[in-house]
Amino acid sequence: MTAARQIYAIVRKDLLLELRAREQVIGMAVFALLTLVTFNFAFDLTGADRAASGSGALWVAIIFAGLLGMGRAAAIDRQQGAWEGVLLSPVDRGTIFLGKLASALLFIGIVEALAMAVFAALFSLPVLHPMVLLVVCLGTVGFGTLGTLFSVMAATTRAREVMLPVLLFPLSLPIVISAVRATTLLLTDRQAEVGPWISLLLGFDVLFLGISYIVFGHAVEE
Amino acid sequence: MMAVAGPGTTGTEAVPGAVAAVPAAPPIEAIGLTKRYGNRLALQDVSLQVEAGECVGVFGPNGAGKSTLLRVLATLVRPTAGQAWCYGLQMPGQANQIRRLVGVVGHQTYLYDDLTVWENLDFYARLYGLRDATGRIQEVLDLLGLGDRAEERVRMLSRGLQQRLSIARAILHRPRVLLLDEPDTGLDRDGRDRLADIIGEQVGLGGAVVLTTHAVEFGCQVASRVLFLDRGRLLWERPASGDLVDELERQLRRRA
Repeated sequence: MTAARQIYAIVRKDLLLELRAREQVIGMAVFALLTLVTFNFAFDLTGADRAASGSGALWVAIIFAGLLGMGRAAAIDRQQGAWEGVLLSPVDRGTIFLGKLASALLFIGIVEALAMAVFAALFSLPVLHPMVLLVVCLGTVGFGTLGTLFSVMAATTRAREVMLPVLLFPLSLPIVISAVRATTLLLTDRQAEVGPWISLLLGFDVLFLGISYIVFGHAVEE
Repeated sequence: MMAVAGPGTTGTEAVPGAVAAVPAAPPIEAIGLTKRYGNRLALQDVSLQVEAGECVGVFGPNGAGKSTLLRVLATLVRPTAGQAWCYGLQMPGQANQIRRLVGVVGHQTYLYDDLTVWENLDFYARLYGLRDATGRIQEVLDLLGLGDRAEERVRMLSRGLQQRLSIARAILHRPRVLLLDEPDTGLDRDGRDRLADIIGEQVGLGGAVVLTTHAVEFGCQVASRVLFLDRGRLLWERPASGDLVDELERQLRRRA
């Protein structure tokens, strides 16, 4: 129960900060919407191409918006050394990680809801299908997990804006590839083939969650 | 698990939010602490012991290793070599239990600019699991003269008021050990007096304080013992006294 209360305290604090400063969600949402609109006008979206390009556009929007948000979140925590204040408190490092992950998933989830509504309107694809939503959730958890870990690590480096994508993208490739492939299959009505990709997503989510929970304490140490 | 007694109390009197057991051991004990950053040795073989009811002032020129020493004792930094304990709890293995016993004021305020004074303290009260959070927050705000600033955002406060709030944050959970890294920075006369009162009360109740400051007179006034560091080495230690002020000033000028 203590850990749950501490996670709640971290999420509540991040929400309050976002409501005050509006530094994350608006920027992420604008970026995601611009990406979707650009893709919509850039490609000839007819027939099967629409589903393939559409799923790519959706995931590019989610990943880059998420990257933007998680980098910003780490920067906010670093102002005035507040992050060290959190580390000085008697909260298990894994619990801090889960709190930051919950905040990241909440903010990315808000942006995804908006982006998927716009995506459905622009691309006329059944993106609000429960299976697509499941894939988006699994992909977001995997990407958010790695992003939370690496945004904290990158924030301690001098070239933090560059370091986050450099650290994050190579390791998140299995998540991105699985998510894009699963989304494409679902949007092209080939649901029978999607099982292995969802299993892969689930497997990587569990793997990354476990590893990140364990190594977070080392990652935040000087 | 036995409840922690607040400074000056013994036995099992419960302090809300504090639950770690405290063995009968010195508040701070360190042997051979060394911290290396790349090729630079920030701390070299520093050993010290701080007894209950003692305030130790750590002096030295810029880059002497004072902040590094406090960061190691605060469990923020892992030493390259050496060992340290807080009430017999070993760092870093029992760091979470130690963090319940330690309050830290650092070079930065550890506050969120866009939260109000109250929200900042409420956030930390939740992390520390304080049961009497509302009463305790009001208490520390009054203690630091911030009672009428509770609804103001930190961003809107002057540097001195932010420093007062930083001290309020450090004592919020009733720590037994205070690690204060230049806590008088930006404080006006009233702020310094309040800080001196807090240190005096902490010491009087059997807690411990380790303090760094460049204000030699203030440091000698509140400390009972003085350590002098330079280039990461502990050069000497003496009981604090008014006579020591000139000597410290001279050494600091010479080594600057």
